[in-house]
Amino acid sequence: MNNAVPSSGSLGRRLLIQLLIVAAILSALLYLAVRAVANQAAVASHDNILGASAAAIAEQLGTDNDGIVIDIPYSAFSMLGAISEDRVFYRIDIDNETATGYEDLPAPADSTNTSKPIFYATQFRDTTVRVAAQTRVIPVNNKPVSVLILVAQTRRAQDTISAKVANTAAALGIGFFLIAGAMSWFATRSTVKPLYAVANAIGRRGAHDLRPLQSPVPSELSPLVKSLNDFIARLRSSLNRTETFMAEAAHHVRTPLATVRTQAEIALRQAETDASRKTLRTVIRAVDESSRSASQLLDHAMISYRSDQLSTEEIDYTALVYEVIRALSATAELKDLAVLSDIEPGVSINGDRVLIEIALHNLLDNAIKYSPFDGTISIEMKRDEQGCLFKISDQGRGLDGNEQSALVQRFQRGENAKDVVGSGLGLTMVEAIAKAHKGTFVLQQNTGPGTCATFSL
Amino acid sequence: MRFLLIEDNADLALSVSERLKLDGHAVDWASSLEQAHSCASGIDYDLILLDIMLPDGNGQDFLNTQRQSNRDTPVIVMTAQNSVSDRVALLDSGADDYVTKPFDFAELEARCRAVLRRRGGSVKNTIQFADIEVDLLSATIRIGDETRNLRNRELRLLEILLSTPDRLFSKAHLVDRLFSYSEDPSENAIEVYVGRLRKKLKGSRARIETVRGIGYRMHSE
Repeated sequence: MNNAVPSSGSLGRRLLIQLLIVAAILSALLYLAVRAVANQAAVASHDNILGASAAAIAEQLGTDNDGIVIDIPYSAFSMLGAISEDRVFYRIDIDNETATGYEDLPAPADSTNTSKPIFYATQFRDTTVRVAAQTRVIPVNNKPVSVLILVAQTRRAQDTISAKVANTAAALGIGFFLIAGAMSWFATRSTVKPLYAVANAIGRRGAHDLRPLQSPVPSELSPLVKSLNDFIARLRSSLNRTETFMAEAAHHVRTPLATVRTQAEIALRQAETDASRKTLRTVIRAVDESSRSASQLLDHAMISYRSDQLSTEEIDYTALVYEVIRALSATAELKDLAVLSDIEPGVSINGDRVLIEIALHNLLDNAIKYSPFDGTISIEMKRDEQGCLFKISDQGRGLDGNEQSALVQRFQRGENAKDVVGSGLGLTMVEAIAKAHKGTFVLQQNTGPGTCATFSL
Repeated sequence: MRFLLIEDNADLALSVSERLKLDGHAVDWASSLEQAHSCASGIDYDLILLDIMLPDGNGQDFLNTQRQSNRDTPVIVMTAQNSVSDRVALLDSGADDYVTKPFDFAELEARCRAVLRRRGGSVKNTIQFADIEVDLLSATIRIGDETRNLRNRELRLLEILLSTPDRLFSKAHLVDRLFSYSEDPSENAIEVYVGRLRKKLKGSRARIETVRGIGYRMHSE
């Protein structure tokens, strides 16, 4: 079940990246907007002062008989000096001729409509200046004379403010991006969380738990969970059908077998000749053998299936050992076998109950099968350093040189066991069950007659 | 002993009845749950043999009804399923034991006795002969005031010989009934058990006579 599923990328990562891209775009826009607005505001306030300065000069223009009298008020420049130490330039043109100031200070391209001040930036003596231009028309000797006033100031202070604003805007943008990024991460996590919750709910389940998922899920996940539940239901009903089929198949096969065996026993009672006796015994033996093989094959199939995914639970091992002994005591009694048991009380282990019961059942069944009449079988169960030990010793024919590694092979039976009914699967199963539980299974020749099997978990 | 056999397959039911009657038991047969209920409510059986798959329901339901109405006649289930979980479920629902089809009658008999012994109930299963009384459940033999224990094969041999006193049982016949079919004992193995049984019968008027070359018979002096 640990197969890797091909991945088409992470939903969470995809969502996070998309959210981060949006956050980055928004941050950049924020940066640009803040900078633009702040620059505009700075320029506008500078323009206001330049305009006021130009207006103040225009206000003080007077006339006498010779023409226009220019009297630049102190305040016109002091208001500009108040905001920065930038240099101030001016130029006053009377009828398009420079009367005073810097005559190379660029005039507006079109000065016809400048009764209200106009503003523009221009290059002047290797530096950029901001210029306010205003025209005032004054009547001299009843003739209108146009006076153009230019007031300019370099932009060093403006540039400094711009740089500061840009820094602030950048900090704002980065801050916004970081906060949005963190929130995106949390949002992504909490969005993807229900997916993991569903995956966990299924992953935590025992191997044979086929109940539908009941816990509430977000509506987007409900189609997925519904399909999953449908799938589980189909699997369950298919397993149930298989189980019912197996049960019915077993019933229909074993019931006539039981009839055959019973009739053969009855006939054997009335048998007159040795030949018919021999035949009937062979029939009964064959029935027993087929029944036993069927059981063992089914058990073996179940072990292969369950070993991949153990249904581990806490088992009252002491009670289980007693139950196995009880189940087989009638069989042992038929051979007048004494079953001596030394079983530690209150031992519990973790394991697959069904499998462990099969293992113990097989071991005891083997010991009974190979024991001579009136023999003794000793069973010991106790805790040890590794875990738990189940030891069963008989007085049977022993291993007779057969290696354990050979006996646990499927369908392999000892050379000395041909006369006893068996399928050759019993020890294979015991070994597989020990392995599935990370335990060990050891077969040893007793020093006296018989075999000692140790099954440790 | 009186058995109630609940089994829907007529062939098997008739065979089992016949086989149990050979051992001297009385058997009533019910082929459905309905019949089983009417039988079980009218007669006190010593033991019920129950098949699980029945035409009108599950044998487990019969078990549950029995246990709920406090009828505690021991029940041995004849199951076709060998899986551990099914067997555990059967024992949990009140079955006393189970045998897997096809079953060995010697084993069934042993299980019946074990169940009745465990129940410690009032069921008596004794054979009187001459001055001895054989208790089949507790596997004891009483001679006067003295009680002696018998091992399983000694008991079964005694039971066979006592089933028809003075009848001659061949060694081959005794081997068939005493040993399981997966074993191939020699006929001499019988001699061991006859010898032991004679020791246990010492002091009574019951005698096991040897008919040389043929077999044995039980005789009262």
